[in-house]
Amino acid sequence: MIDGFVIPLLKIVIVLNATLVGVTYMVLLERKVIAWAQSRLGPMRVGPHGILQPIADAVKLMLKEDITPARADKWVFTVAPIISMVPALIVYAVIPFGPEVSLFGRQVTLYITDINVGLLYIVSVASVGVYGIILAGYASNSKFPLLASLRASAQLISYEVAVTLTLVSVVLMSGTLSMVGIVRAQESAHLWFAFAQPLAFGIFVIGSLAETNRAPFDLPEAEQELTGGFHTEYSGMRFALFFLAEYANMIVVSSVATTLFFGGWLRPFPNWAALSFLDFIPSWTWFLIKSFVFLYFFVWVRATLPRYRYDQLMRLGWKLLIPLAIANLVLTGIIRVALL
Amino acid sequence: MGEAIAFYTLAAFILGFAVLVITTKDTVHSVLFLVLDFLFVAALYVMLNAPFLAAIQVLVYAGGIVVLYLFVVMLVNLKRLPEAFQDPNRHGRIGLILSVAVLLELAAIAALGVGSVAPVRTAARALPVTGNTEQVGWMLYTSYLIPFEIASMLLLVAMIGAIVLAKREL
Repeated sequence: MIDGFVIPLLKIVIVLNATLVGVTYMVLLERKVIAWAQSRLGPMRVGPHGILQPIADAVKLMLKEDITPARADKWVFTVAPIISMVPALIVYAVIPFGPEVSLFGRQVTLYITDINVGLLYIVSVASVGVYGIILAGYASNSKFPLLASLRASAQLISYEVAVTLTLVSVVLMSGTLSMVGIVRAQESAHLWFAFAQPLAFGIFVIGSLAETNRAPFDLPEAEQELTGGFHTEYSGMRFALFFLAEYANMIVVSSVATTLFFGGWLRPFPNWAALSFLDFIPSWTWFLIKSFVFLYFFVWVRATLPRYRYDQLMRLGWKLLIPLAIANLVLTGIIRVALL
Repeated sequence: MGEAIAFYTLAAFILGFAVLVITTKDTVHSVLFLVLDFLFVAALYVMLNAPFLAAIQVLVYAGGIVVLYLFVVMLVNLKRLPEAFQDPNRHGRIGLILSVAVLLELAAIAALGVGSVAPVRTAARALPVTGNTEQVGWMLYTSYLIPFEIASMLLLVAMIGAIVLAKREL
């Protein structure tokens, strides 16, 4: 009873809450880092150095008036923010934050579940998340959101191909689709897959920037041309749901990158006995540190690079990333067969 | 018992959404019901201990193909009322006869053919690999290699055809 029901439920509650808190503070981190990059201070008023800003933002967004345009498709307009939020959250079911640990005299795994098609589950749930943006643009019954959602669907479909191909190379290295299994494979290979698959890792990072609609690929919400893009007509908490989904997706992508390419919860050089004094740091802390580095990188990229033009984006995706990913996949397959 | 309840609930949802797909007037709503339908089919695969198929069902059908449907629906203007599409050459009587024939055929299959369905699990047990993903892969590359290759050839031909149609000068 306790092992089958209470503990998984507790884990789900903890992971969901931690994610939502993480998302709100991710927004603050982004505002602060971009402000520092532009020699500004960023939010400073609410709490010391703006530390309570996310709470103020949440209260503000909940109190704002919620407007549905008169000519909008009301049903779809209401469902669209939920459709983009839910996939971003249910992906956390298979992300391994750590191995099995003993907690209060009980063996507890630091992941909600470990299904043997974990990676495939993540890819398929992410592919459903696209609907949120497409439907939001369609249901608004307005020019800019419709343009943005057409852009978004084309962009997401194009980059999904490249990203999925890089994931296949990782699966070839590990021989399993289970997220825990992939971390274990890196442990026994004595190698983080980022060093075995540098090309796949590079394509994954570029592709995931595009899949999360982040700068320099934030065309679906280009403020200057589309007045905010697919969420132009949204207000209040529904608008906030889109932003929560975007940042939750960033955390998902960082966690996946950490698990697949940087050894998940493993400490650096897990097989060197000389470094075993590092073991006093709990495994999930390593996971969080590595994921944080990726999140910081996301913000850093946004502060540094200007937005791509639409044709440049498509050219990069179809003519560079996908052929490179296929070449990398074939090469990985040949090397794997030669080594066996 | 529980399995039967789950199966019939899922089947009812699948059929219900399938009916909604063809009866809804708004094309976009119809596509959305199709997505829901595919998700419930994926749930059916999970129930049948085929998680790999379930994930592929969501990835390829719910996430990939239907996005393209939606893309096309949004590019094409379908604001006209469905009444405008009434086909003058519609053959109501032939349609009725055909559907009754199909119904009788299904009833005959249900009444006579149930006992002859071969159990699938024995075949799966004979495979040298365990795990749903591995078993699907093994079957595709051994027993079903030729159908698999033919299917991929068909897809390649369709892809080349699309490129030839879309590109004015090659």
